[in-house]
Amino acid sequence: MKGSFSIITDMLQGLGRAQFFLLSIIGAIPSALLRPRLLAQQVYAVGVMSLIIIVISGSFVGMVLALQGYRTLVDFGAAESLGVFFAVVIVRELGPVVTALLFAGRAGSALAAEIGLMKATDQLSGMEMMAVDPIKRVIAPRFIAGVFAMPLLSMIFAMMAIGIAGGHAIGVNLLGVDDGAYWSQIHSSLHWEDIRDSLVKSTVFGAAVSWIAVYQGYHAAPTSEGVSRATTSTVVVSSLAILALDFILTAFMFH
Amino acid sequence: MTTNASDDAALVRVRGLNFSHGPRVIYDGVDVDIPRGKVTAIMGPSGTGKTTLLRIIGGQWRPAAGTVEFDGVNVHTQRRTALYELRKRMGMLFQNGALLTDLSVFENVAFPLREHTQLPESMIRDLVLMKLEAVGLRGARDLYPSQLSGGMSRRVGLARAIALDPDLVMYDEPFTGQDPISMGVLMRLIRSLNDALGLTSIVVSHDVEEVLSISDYAYVIASGKVLASGTPDSIRNSDSPYVQQFLRGEPDGPVAFHYKAAAYADDLMNKGAQK
Amino acid sequence: MQSRALEILVGFFVCLGVSAVFILTFRVASLTSVEGGKGYTVTATFQNIGGLKPGGAVKLAGVKIGRVKGITIDPSSFEAVATMEISDVYNNIPEDSGGKILTAGLLGEQYVSIDVGGAEETLKNGSKLKFTQSALVLENIIGQFLTSQASKSPEKDAK
Repeated sequence: MKGSFSIITDMLQGLGRAQFFLLSIIGAIPSALLRPRLLAQQVYAVGVMSLIIIVISGSFVGMVLALQGYRTLVDFGAAESLGVFFAVVIVRELGPVVTALLFAGRAGSALAAEIGLMKATDQLSGMEMMAVDPIKRVIAPRFIAGVFAMPLLSMIFAMMAIGIAGGHAIGVNLLGVDDGAYWSQIHSSLHWEDIRDSLVKSTVFGAAVSWIAVYQGYHAAPTSEGVSRATTSTVVVSSLAILALDFILTAFMFH
Repeated sequence: MTTNASDDAALVRVRGLNFSHGPRVIYDGVDVDIPRGKVTAIMGPSGTGKTTLLRIIGGQWRPAAGTVEFDGVNVHTQRRTALYELRKRMGMLFQNGALLTDLSVFENVAFPLREHTQLPESMIRDLVLMKLEAVGLRGARDLYPSQLSGGMSRRVGLARAIALDPDLVMYDEPFTGQDPISMGVLMRLIRSLNDALGLTSIVVSHDVEEVLSISDYAYVIASGKVLASGTPDSIRNSDSPYVQQFLRGEPDGPVAFHYKAAAYADDLMNKGAQK
Repeated sequence: MQSRALEILVGFFVCLGVSAVFILTFRVASLTSVEGGKGYTVTATFQNIGGLKPGGAVKLAGVKIGRVKGITIDPSSFEAVATMEISDVYNNIPEDSGGKILTAGLLGEQYVSIDVGGAEETLKNGSKLKFTQSALVLENIIGQFLTSQASKSPEKDAK
C-alpha cells in the first residue's frame, strides 16, 4: 500500500524527470533538424492523422457558433455583428484550444502509444545497443513535428469555422447575414496581434501536448497495461495542461 | 569462484559485479571471463537476470559495484560518445528480434550502416544482401516485421547485429519458443557465424542441451552467483546438485517444487477450524 | 537517468514555479482594477443609483480612473451612498467636481462619470462629492413623456 507521502514524491519525481527529459529533447533538436526527411515523415504522419478530424470539427463548431451567436445577437438588432463575434471567439479562443484538445486526443495518444510500444518491444533498447540515440532519432523528430503542426492545424480549424463551412455557410447562406458585412467586420476586428497571439497559443499547446505524449510513451511500463495507461494519461494530462495554459496565456495577452 | 580461463585472452572481463533491481539482489559478486573468438553460454533459471548481464556488459545499466571491461576498456567510465563507439563493436540480438516495425527487413539491416557509416547506397545494398544471405533471408528483404514469423524475425535481428562486423555478438534467449527446425537453424547460424567471422559470442539461454552443444565454454549462474563454469563436458560432470538438477530438468531438488508454505496437514485442518 | 532525489527536487521547484505563474496570472487579470492602497476613497450621495453596482467604473472624460467599491444607504437621509476608489494617479481632481450616473452605450452597464469643477482644492481621501445627479430611470422618463403628451392633447381637441 503506497502511503500518500510516497504518492506525492512519485508525482514530484515524475515532474522532475519530465524536465530532464525535455532538456534532452531540446538538446537533440539540432541533430533532428539535420534530417529533414525524417522530420517531414513525422509532420506528415501527425498532420495527416489529425487533418480530417480538425476540418470536420472546425466546420461543426463554426456552424453551432453561428446558430448560437445569431440567436443572441439578433435580439439586440446586432445580427450583422456576427463577423466580429466569430473573429474574436474563434481566432482567440476556440481555434487554438479546441484544436489542441482534438490534437491531444488523436495525435497525442497515438504518439504515446507508438513510443510506448517501441519501448515494450525493445526497439528503443535495440537502438541504444546499436549506438543510435533514440532521443535523437525517434523522440525529437516527433516532438518537433507536433510543435510545428499545431499552429497549422489551428489555422485550418479557424478557416473552416469562420470561412468555409461554419460561420459563412450558416450565417450568410442560411440565416441571411450580409456577406459583405460579415467579411468586412472580420477584416476590421481581426488585428495582426490577434492572429499572432493565436499562433503563439497553438504553438505553446503543441509543445505541451507533444512533450507530454513522448514523455508518457518513453517512460511507460513495458507491458500492455503500461502502454494503455500511458495513452490515457497523455490525453488527460494534455487536456488539463491546455486549459490551464489557456488561462495563463489569455490573461497575459488579452487583459 | 575463480574461473578456469583458457589461454586465450578474454574479450570481456567482469569482476566483482554487484547489481540490484529494487530490493532484489541480482548479482552478488560475480566474475565472468568471455574468451575471444569462442561461443560462451550463460545459463541459469528464468529470472536470474541473464538478460541483465548482457545489458550491463553493453553499458545500458550500471552495476552498484564491480567492473566490466570490454577489450581492456572499462565500459561504465566512458562518456557517451566513447560508449557509443564501444557499442558499435558489439551486436545484440534481442529475444524478439527488436526490429523497427516501420522499416522493411532490408531497411532494418541497413539501419546501423546508414546511421554509422558514410558508405554510398550501392555499397550498403551489397553489405545488406550479404548479411541477409548469411542468415538465409535474402529473398525476404522487402517484407515487413509484421509479416515475419518469430524465427525469421530473429534471423533478421541477427543479420542486423552483424551488420557493422562487430567483435562481440550477444544473444538473448535465442531459442525460446522456437520449433525444432528454427532452433536448428539458429544454432547452426550462431556457431558458423562465430567461426566464419571470427566473432566472440555470448549466448544467454536456459535451453540446456541446445546451447551446450554449440558452446566452447559455459557458466551456470543462479541466486546471484556463479555456480559452475568450464567447458560443456565439465559442466555436465559437475558435482553441484543444483547444476545437475538444472541440467537434467528434474522437478525437485535444490530448487524445491513446493513454494514455501505451512505443513499440508495443518493447513487442511485449520480450514475446518476457521469456519 | 538522474538520481531519484534530484528528480524529486526538480519536480518540487517546478511546482513552485507553476504556482508562482498562477498567482501572477491572477494579479495580471485583475490589474484593470485599482489595487487597494494605490487609490484614495471618495464618496457621493445619489437619490437613485439606478443600475450602478459595486465594481462599476468611475470615469472622467470617458477614461476609467477608478471603481465603485461599495453602495450603502444613508440611514438618515435614505439616499444611496456610493463609495468610490480613485487611482492615486489622478490626485488633482477639483474639489467641486460633480458625479453623474451614466449608461455605457445604449444597453451597457452604468458607471459614475466625474464632471470636472474649477476649485483650487482637490479631492482627497475621504472627500465627498458636492454635486450629484442620479441615474435616469426609464419608467420615470416614459411617465414624464406620457404626462406631457396628455397635457398637450386637450389643446388639440379644443381646436
